Amino acid sequence: MHPPENGKNHRARRNFLGQALTAAGAAIAAPSLLSQATSAQSEKPASIPGQGEISVTLSINDKQETLAIEPRVTLLDTLRERLGLTGSKKGCDHGQCGACTVLVDGQRVYSCLALAVMQEGKQIVTVEGLAKGDVLHPVQAAFIENDGFQCGYCTPGQICASVALVDEVKRGCASAVTEDFDNLPQLTNLSEAEIKERLSGNLCRCSAYNGIVAAVQQVTGQAPPSPAAAMFMQEAGVSA
Amino acid sequence: MKNFSYVRATSVKEAVQQASTDNNAMFIAGGTNLVDRMKVFLDEPSQLIDITRLEMTRIEPTGEGLRLGALVSNTAVADHPEVRRSYPMLTRAILLGASQQIRNVATVGGNLLQRTRCPYYYDTAFACNKRELDTGCAALTGINRIHALLGASDQCVAVHPSDMCVPLAALDAIVEVESSKGKRQIPFTDFHRLPGDAPQRDTTLEPGELITAVILPPAPFAKSSVYLKLRDRDSYAFALVSVAAAVELADNRIKTARLAMGGMAHKPWRFTEAESFLVGKAANTETFQQAAELALQGAKPLEYNGFKVELAKRAIRRALTVSAKGGGIV
Repeated sequence: MHPPENGKNHRARRNFLGQALTAAGAAIAAPSLLSQATSAQSEKPASIPGQGEISVTLSINDKQETLAIEPRVTLLDTLRERLGLTGSKKGCDHGQCGACTVLVDGQRVYSCLALAVMQEGKQIVTVEGLAKGDVLHPVQAAFIENDGFQCGYCTPGQICASVALVDEVKRGCASAVTEDFDNLPQLTNLSEAEIKERLSGNLCRCSAYNGIVAAVQQVTGQAPPSPAAAMFMQEAGVSA
Repeated sequence: MKNFSYVRATSVKEAVQQASTDNNAMFIAGGTNLVDRMKVFLDEPSQLIDITRLEMTRIEPTGEGLRLGALVSNTAVADHPEVRRSYPMLTRAILLGASQQIRNVATVGGNLLQRTRCPYYYDTAFACNKRELDTGCAALTGINRIHALLGASDQCVAVHPSDMCVPLAALDAIVEVESSKGKRQIPFTDFHRLPGDAPQRDTTLEPGELITAVILPPAPFAKSSVYLKLRDRDSYAFALVSVAAAVELADNRIKTARLAMGGMAHKPWRFTEAESFLVGKAANTETFQQAAELALQGAKPLEYNGFKVELAKRAIRRALTVSAKGGGIV
């Protein structure tokens, strides 16, 4: 699939599809509301709620987004279908695969199980918000350097999870395989078993797990980064 | 999922007041189980009362114990220094439950209210008395390898899925609840119920009651406590059987023993008889094997879960052995 020429076109197409679906649903449920619903949607700005919708302001990748959404809409669907942020992927949509992983107030969460209305006032970071301009986040660079993916579908979730993993180890979070709670692993001695356990909430059906573990090992300073990755890390001002 | 109205509560009082006006309202915090169930129409609340902004987010000392606010995340409980030190089986159980993404948002109160992962409950093509009373139980004659060995009824053979609740049962935790009618405390082992002829009810919570905290009493015997979880894959899976065990020794004899299991019944199962048997005995394999036999003597295997009887006995023996040797990873 070719990328859209620009974000606006892309978003417009998604909105059209969303409205078409809404209109079809309304036609079955309540034909008399159909013309009212479609005209209201095409004329009103996004921030004025329609029937069943409420106005919500979300902070996503340091940008405030005000949307009118129904309370049942998940954060994942909001990102993908309303904001054009399609980096976060819908795999299982049931909190089992991890492809939708984003960071909320610095903590990794499954955006498919989070209702968007409940995220007001929180800082949301998606895979689109990790790079600084053209400079990749060190975890992104390490995934490229270490072949941490094959088809790439789980990759945004794996990367967000790995970014959080590094922070969790720094903050002294234990895992199920941490033997001694008085002697927590540090980044430089984080074992392969620890990395695998800490990433067990992210599945990769291509089974690129060895590359993913290698990428995390590189970011944690256990393996010497390649010259390219070292450059990325230096430019991003990040040291493992 | 069906749409609903959304209310963000600003105080416990407001939340329970709001709940008292609508029988079909539900509270939502982490939502990791509820949102999932709503997606498959197992739950269709008319309104969700968002309680995540309430002041129930602290872990506080209470005398020699700890009070866990209902909104404290599973991650925060597991990583709390005092929980790790005094109740290591609780930290281990939480870390063995779910994934980091789930633990970051799942709460103390919500963990107690998880519903069974019986596949026949989730699949609306099958009969399930828990989902819809008097429709039958497809698990009774179905593939019931993950199902209950103890305390089941001919209405329901589902098991409670929580890891965290198993040590809470072993520790005699107390659940604090509040409704528009007032506050009360529920001993942990009375909080979840057996299916009987009302399998739709998982707990003894009354309509409109909100969990506000879980209290951990002092437990000097739990310093070397352990949690063992056995499952089909090594991580991010529900337990086939799990054991929370604590053995405290004095003069080479067992002074205190605590034993509870997950994956066995409709509620976390506490083995008080086996605990009494252990007290005063020498801490050795023979003693632990006898305790395991005693624990499982009432087991009623179904067609496909008979393997869990032996699995449970070996798990009990191993967990007690490791706890008696000073604890740690099992």
